[in-house]
Amino acid sequence: MCLGVPMQVKSIADDVAVCEIDGVKREASLMMVDGIEVGDYVLIHAGFAIEKIDEDEALLTLQALRDALDLGLGVE
Amino acid sequence: MNLTRAFRDPELARGQLSSIIRSVAGLDRTITLMEVCGTHTMAIYQHGIRALLPPQIRLISGPGCPVCVTPVGYVDHAVALARRPDSVVATFGDMVRVPGSSSSLLREQALGAHIHIVYSPLDAVTYAQAHPEVEVVFLGVGFETTAPTVAGAVVVAQQKQLSNFSVLCSHKTMPGPMAALAGDPELQVDGYLCPAHVSAVIGADAYRPLVDNFHVPCVVTGFEPLDVLQGVAMLVQQVLSGSAKVEIQYSRVVKAAGNQKAQALLQQVFEPCDARWRGIGDLPQSGLRLRPAFAAFDAARKLTVSVEAPRESPGCLCGEILKGKVRPTDCPLFRNLCTPENPVGACMVSSEGTCAAEYKYGS
Amino acid sequence: MTSDIILLGHGSGGTLSHQLLDELIIPLLSGVPSRDQNDAAVLAPVAGRLAFTTDSYVVDPLFFPGGCIGDLAVYGTVNDLAMAGATPLALSVGLILEEGLPVAVLQRVLEAMRDAATAAGVGIVTGDTKVVPRGKADKLFINTAGIGVLEHDLSFSGSGALPGDRVLINGSIGDHGMAVLACREGLELTGDLRSDCAPLHRLVAAMRSAGGAALHVLRDPTRGGVATTLKEICLQSQVDLLLEENALPVRPATAGACALLGLDPLFVANEGKLLACVAPDAVDAVLAAMRSLPEGAESCCIGEVTATGSGRLRLRTAIGGVRAIEMLAGEQLPRIC
Repeated sequence: MCLGVPMQVKSIADDVAVCEIDGVKREASLMMVDGIEVGDYVLIHAGFAIEKIDEDEALLTLQALRDALDLGLGVE
Repeated sequence: MNLTRAFRDPELARGQLSSIIRSVAGLDRTITLMEVCGTHTMAIYQHGIRALLPPQIRLISGPGCPVCVTPVGYVDHAVALARRPDSVVATFGDMVRVPGSSSSLLREQALGAHIHIVYSPLDAVTYAQAHPEVEVVFLGVGFETTAPTVAGAVVVAQQKQLSNFSVLCSHKTMPGPMAALAGDPELQVDGYLCPAHVSAVIGADAYRPLVDNFHVPCVVTGFEPLDVLQGVAMLVQQVLSGSAKVEIQYSRVVKAAGNQKAQALLQQVFEPCDARWRGIGDLPQSGLRLRPAFAAFDAARKLTVSVEAPRESPGCLCGEILKGKVRPTDCPLFRNLCTPENPVGACMVSSEGTCAAEYKYGS
Repeated sequence: MTSDIILLGHGSGGTLSHQLLDELIIPLLSGVPSRDQNDAAVLAPVAGRLAFTTDSYVVDPLFFPGGCIGDLAVYGTVNDLAMAGATPLALSVGLILEEGLPVAVLQRVLEAMRDAATAAGVGIVTGDTKVVPRGKADKLFINTAGIGVLEHDLSFSGSGALPGDRVLINGSIGDHGMAVLACREGLELTGDLRSDCAPLHRLVAAMRSAGGAALHVLRDPTRGGVATTLKEICLQSQVDLLLEENALPVRPATAGACALLGLDPLFVANEGKLLACVAPDAVDAVLAAMRSLPEGAESCCIGEVTATGSGRLRLRTAIGGVRAIEMLAGEQLPRIC
């Protein structure tokens, strides 16, 4: 029961952010997260931001995947 | 960076798959990995991952679908509330087709009940505020990803001093059932793909007891196909090296301690209680109920209805399927008496139920 | 019009009815003066087989980004004729109005129908109007029927797909359904979501010129989306078909809205799209012909009929896996799981 969509924060007013994915915007409550700023990526579930997405970690994960690919190609 | 598309890259998928295949080359036994989140069940089916993995790796589904583990009596209670003349039942779309003992919310709508499908529990609160003439009951189903959002909605309803909003609560928590399964001698699970977004809330450390007590590897894994493949790879590595620890694949979202603000919100509104898991039975302290301070928002206490005695369908194997012991294709009802149009058990009708997924996507 | 809302009298056949017809419906839809109106429209003889279709339109809300119920009512029936390879000749319009409907709303819908009929080059030659008491119809229901002529001997039935055929589509999927869904109460999405509703008969004519008998199947993926229509073709033709996820054209906003609501764009309705099964050696010519028209500018190949079979529809996923696609029991519902 965990469909969460990564969205980018476009504006914040009180505890509510307008978030966007591919041009589609929806409001989300920031009740569960601290320190969110415009431009941050957040994980949206059922109208709430449940966590901030760490873009550096995302890149590290992708790098690990790329390393696995390169390792495999090297063996060939 | 488009975070969704980046984690669906076909080339990176091929690379990770080759790595997995190489790691088990020559292995003459099966490694059984269990996921316990309906969203993982769906992701694995939707991307066709099972058939891409080598035969030495077996992926099974556990009780990860909160709709599937909801007792049939809960649906009957929701149906009874829907029949009240001044009630509006607000719910996530997931619950609308689930069969109760003799009806479903979809059927009640056809008979005149007002069922309001919402995307967020806050939408139900907004609706209640705009319609003081009706009693809005929100169906609180879901694990720790969803429960904090319902807690948030209750807090907002309290702030707005609404007297026409309440929640029929059937939230459940992980990893209690994981421990129940890990201790089951009939079940051989070599590793757990731990749920991505539940873990975002409860934190990866929540799985330490599983590792300590049962020596079973746990990898917190995201829902995109590359996440699933990387999570499988990490589990296989642990299994092959004989280690058992908690690792986080989904590091861009999940932290060891989780989201403490969300946890605080949960603790403010809910308290643990014993809960019945359809197919598994009663598990102590595995459910959530509203604290006495929020009794005014507890539909079970606030609204009196008579609910029919629950009736499970004989022959329904959802229980065994939820424990990962039996596959949908092993159930004699699958595809003949039990279909998406005429579901016998919740595993078929829930959008992420194991049987629904096998029916829709299996080949 | 002496009233600003529709009254039961407007459907009773008396003076109020005539007022509605003479002042609003006829001027906007047919231009034929009241004294020349009869019980039936009489059409000139045509050479060729006739195609005949009907559809009813009950969409809510009536107006949505990219169109309204009026556009759908005209284009939907024009497109059904087009899928048979027919040139549309004439449409009928049956209106069922709810007592209390603002006349201004009806006028907007009729204007849209007039504009759509003009754009499609088809006449609305006969019709009917009924009014039901408040609460017995949701604002406005429309039925249209259409007659067209087949100026050729070809058949584009869903049973005509053959192994080796490529599956072509004229553009992005899921736009109409998401544009309508985003307006519904409780979902409140904003974004570049726009219905794709458009007439397709000129596109079909161009495809027919380019491909002739190599054009084996034409179907428009309306309710149930591309997946449902392709599954129907598989069953009718008794073939197996493989779709390529990486080849499916999906606009970012539609993809984003689907992701948010947990919906699969393959099952979301389209109103300006067609699917064609085309013999492989004619694909280049047919695609070129499609791309030469605005309604076909983004045409592409999304899959292939792989073999005769029991009607299995499969998808090669973005990461190279394969999964089956089955018809849904009912409507897709937004989900959070």
